[in-house]
Amino acid sequence: MKFQNRRTTALAALALTATFAFAGCGSDDSGDSGSDSGGDGGGALSMTMLPKNLGNPYFDTSTKGAKAAADELGAELEEVGPETASPDAQVSYINTVAQQGQDALILSANDPEALCDAIDEARSADVKVVTFDADTNPECRDLFVNQATAEGIASKQLELISEQIGGEGEIAILSAAANATNQNAWIDMMEKELADNPDYANIELVDTVYGDDDDQKSFDQTEALLQNHPDLKGIISPTTVGIAAAARYLSDSSSKGKVALTGLGTPNQMREYVENGTVESFALWNPEDLGALATYAAAALANGDISGEEGDSFEAGDLGEFEVGPDATVLLGEPFTFNADNIGDFDF
Amino acid sequence: MSVQDQPAAATSARTYADYSAPLWKRVLLTRETAVIALTIAVIVYATINVENFDGPLTMKFLLQDIAPILLIALPMTLIIITGEIDLSVASIMGLSSVLLGVFHDGGMSIPVAAVLALLAGLACGALNGFLIAYVGLPSLAVTIGTLALFRGIAVGLLGTTAITEFTDSWADLATDTIGESRIPLVMIPFVVLAVAFSVLLHFSTFGRGIYEIGLNDEAAHFTGVDVARTKFILFVLSGVVSAFAGIYFTLRYGSARGDNATGYELQVIAAVLLGGVSIFGGRGRMHGVLAGVVLIGVISSALRLESVTVNVTNIIVGLLLVASVILPSVLGWAGSRLPRKASADPQGPRPDKDAATAGV
Amino acid sequence: MSHTDIERPESHESEVSAGEALLVEPSRLSPTRRALTTVLRSRELSIFLVLVAIIVLATVKNDSFLFSSDGWRNFLLNPSILLLLAVGQAVVIITRNVDLSVGSVMALTAYLTGRLFIEQPHLPIVVVIAACLLFGALLGLVNGVLVAYAGVPALVITLGTLYIYRGIMLTWAGSDRINAGDLPREFLRLGTRSVLGVPLLTILALVVLAVVGYYLWTARGGRELYAIGSDPDAAVLYGLPVRRRLLAAFVLSGALAGLAGALYTARYGTVSSSVGLGIELQAVAAAVIGGVAIFGGSGTVWGAAIGAFLLVTINRALPSLGIEDFWQRAVVGALILGAIVLDRVLAARQARKLAESRDHS
Repeated sequence: MKFQNRRTTALAALALTATFAFAGCGSDDSGDSGSDSGGDGGGALSMTMLPKNLGNPYFDTSTKGAKAAADELGAELEEVGPETASPDAQVSYINTVAQQGQDALILSANDPEALCDAIDEARSADVKVVTFDADTNPECRDLFVNQATAEGIASKQLELISEQIGGEGEIAILSAAANATNQNAWIDMMEKELADNPDYANIELVDTVYGDDDDQKSFDQTEALLQNHPDLKGIISPTTVGIAAAARYLSDSSSKGKVALTGLGTPNQMREYVENGTVESFALWNPEDLGALATYAAAALANGDISGEEGDSFEAGDLGEFEVGPDATVLLGEPFTFNADNIGDFDF
Repeated sequence: MSVQDQPAAATSARTYADYSAPLWKRVLLTRETAVIALTIAVIVYATINVENFDGPLTMKFLLQDIAPILLIALPMTLIIITGEIDLSVASIMGLSSVLLGVFHDGGMSIPVAAVLALLAGLACGALNGFLIAYVGLPSLAVTIGTLALFRGIAVGLLGTTAITEFTDSWADLATDTIGESRIPLVMIPFVVLAVAFSVLLHFSTFGRGIYEIGLNDEAAHFTGVDVARTKFILFVLSGVVSAFAGIYFTLRYGSARGDNATGYELQVIAAVLLGGVSIFGGRGRMHGVLAGVVLIGVISSALRLESVTVNVTNIIVGLLLVASVILPSVLGWAGSRLPRKASADPQGPRPDKDAATAGV
Repeated sequence: MSHTDIERPESHESEVSAGEALLVEPSRLSPTRRALTTVLRSRELSIFLVLVAIIVLATVKNDSFLFSSDGWRNFLLNPSILLLLAVGQAVVIITRNVDLSVGSVMALTAYLTGRLFIEQPHLPIVVVIAACLLFGALLGLVNGVLVAYAGVPALVITLGTLYIYRGIMLTWAGSDRINAGDLPREFLRLGTRSVLGVPLLTILALVVLAVVGYYLWTARGGRELYAIGSDPDAAVLYGLPVRRRLLAAFVLSGALAGLAGALYTARYGTVSSSVGLGIELQAVAAAVIGGVAIFGGSGTVWGAAIGAFLLVTINRALPSLGIEDFWQRAVVGALILGAIVLDRVLAARQARKLAESRDHS
């Protein structure tokens, strides 16, 4: 038996090594084929859209806008993404983009630092990287398309909740993923403003919980918040998945109408809750516009129209002309408040 | 090989062939060869048909992606051959990942934090080993419990935050390649471990003991194999190697999170079973398992390049797994239906057997 | 339950020679006394007491844990889904197998529920629930056929089908989700309506529990499941229809997982790709903690149900007890390990007692 094993193992080891060598050799010979798919130059641009996770209505809308922009530009856009909004899941997709030699990658990052290695590898394969919605470390990417300033979003949320709870009481935040750059930026701003602004002196932030942009988790976390803080007056949920789940829980619970809920939500998901009185008002921008703007910016970069320097400007189709600001950031506009009066006018 | 006809006299020379089948049959008609052949076929197909599969980055990313599974498949093979199973490997990966992050964040350098994480993996493996080998609990139940326990500790320590600041020099080690080639640096420790485990399994008495335990651990006990100690050592090895894989995972993805590597245990077990190791124990060889891991890795990589969603990959892996375990039963059933070859049924022993029993 | 009370028929007593004593004596206690002892010594009661202890502790710290209207409702409502899965899992574990595919089956039927309502908004709810049951049963049948006829360990088969079913669900769903707006009002209300203070979904789960429990306790098929788990080889030699029973066990597990999917959609109103991820291990944990030995042949579905309640309640109770709910999984893991060590200790003690009485005779 020993003898048989030795021979078989040796033969098999030889076979496996040969396989690897063969695969390795194969890559050597056709090393130039790697540039075929990417370096078409005059041909159609090929871009990849990588949101935080798939199956998220907010990102479905932004991809819709991105695809429309790509059609206008005559470019190809495909959407890929993980099921759960975690940083390591996005890394494999970034790696694949590098392998495929795409012209541009548009992504909303799950973590500011963890993706940098993979992005740098993609950039050295000549892929232009544009972040939108949630940024990475500014050194890793070429451009960041921001929906609004972090200060603007944070103060809008506080304004809305303060109105709804009468300026005093306990509030809590239901966030998305604990590492999401945009979430943490907004939460930091909110905490700062709560401390500095005398108007909010009687409002106390008692808890911040994370729903991970997962509907069931956000639902369960809302339930836990209400159970653990019986005196809670308001919840801010700056994530469209979170606010929808929280609204759904509230509308069937005894806290409906007693605990205020606001945050960032899409009109289609929130319409029912605004109409039945669970939610008074909430804010957002138009994700379609955001996706489209990111696509135009990526195309402009890939075509060489701009290089990401401050002061560069580019055309974004129907949206008009945009200029690149400091830190290679492009701003879309201001957040917009939705309430019972205007919610019927929108469809996204 | 047939037994020579015996003369009527009692003195007869029986000759037996060394093996029941010629060498080429023994090498080529094995389960492991089938898997290796399938792997080579898939690689060739992918190289020809999948765009960018032969690109410069594919091999590097492929090996980096399957490195943790390759590493953990080594001790897992040994464990499954003894008839046990270890479902807690992914949780040990997650725990070592979290500990690496927490210690590093607390100010320790990465090598020190890594050593502590490895020690934690050793402790986890020792807990598993103690409960299974010395208390005698069924490994399925114990490792389901420790799967929850270790993962729970990992998530409990960090919540859902991820620690993502790691010293560049060490993080680069996890993503760099050997010199200018396309083989990632992590392959060096892997090859060392693979050789060590193969020698342990195929060329040592400890390894013979492992096979014997898998076939019948009572009999193994009576032939002098220290069953409890062998199993204990295997689970400890599994814990340490899982911890190492967790450290690699953390540095490669740059993120230490309680949820890291969730579901990896299923991938490892799928690959090991695909590689020809029998779930009942007592059968299996290392080269089959390594081919199984590579097979799954190549399929995932090729499908991803074709922009096929990861779900289809999961379906394929699931089907492969089910097929690989049903195949022996199906083949056995089919084989029993075939007409038996006349020459394989010698007339010789029959009269002897009757004569032997007649004397009782 | 207890194996030590073996009754010997009267006629055999005269055939017992003087030298051959009975291994165990028939019990001299009255039937009620015996029943009481069985219950008091049972695993189910100890788990129940642990559950009560946790609830008391949590309520003392935080009134609204139980005494607010939402608290009471959530306490009863949240475990109902895990309860169904735990019952199905207990039946499979009793036969010395395991079914890891229940989470994926649940995801498939949850999505099916949504799909059906989107395509045919006026379908009666009963029809949709029946469709989920049937679909789940079909998926369970696949598992059962592979385990019963191919003779492969259920661990491996259900591992494979876990991948396959989840992959099918994700491919079918694409990146679609089912949102609350897609489902009819009455169906969603099912998720929160209560009858006499007990949520409808919980009543449904308890009815299922009662039916399955009764079957396992009294029906021939149910008792044979225990025999098969206790010693599969002996069961075959004894002539029990082993294949048929195994098939039935897996079909039941699949059907209950299918029902759980429909209940999930009613409760949460949204179906995304992560439905049921990891819940199969929770179901196994609930069964094991509830006294169903992983090696088969013993345990009851009542224990599994109490185990399910315990797991979900611990999750809710931890914050009230001052422990962050992140530690829930660690607590569950410790409980599982404790449960199997306890099982082992008790089984060893039992074996020692039997050996002693054999030696002393």
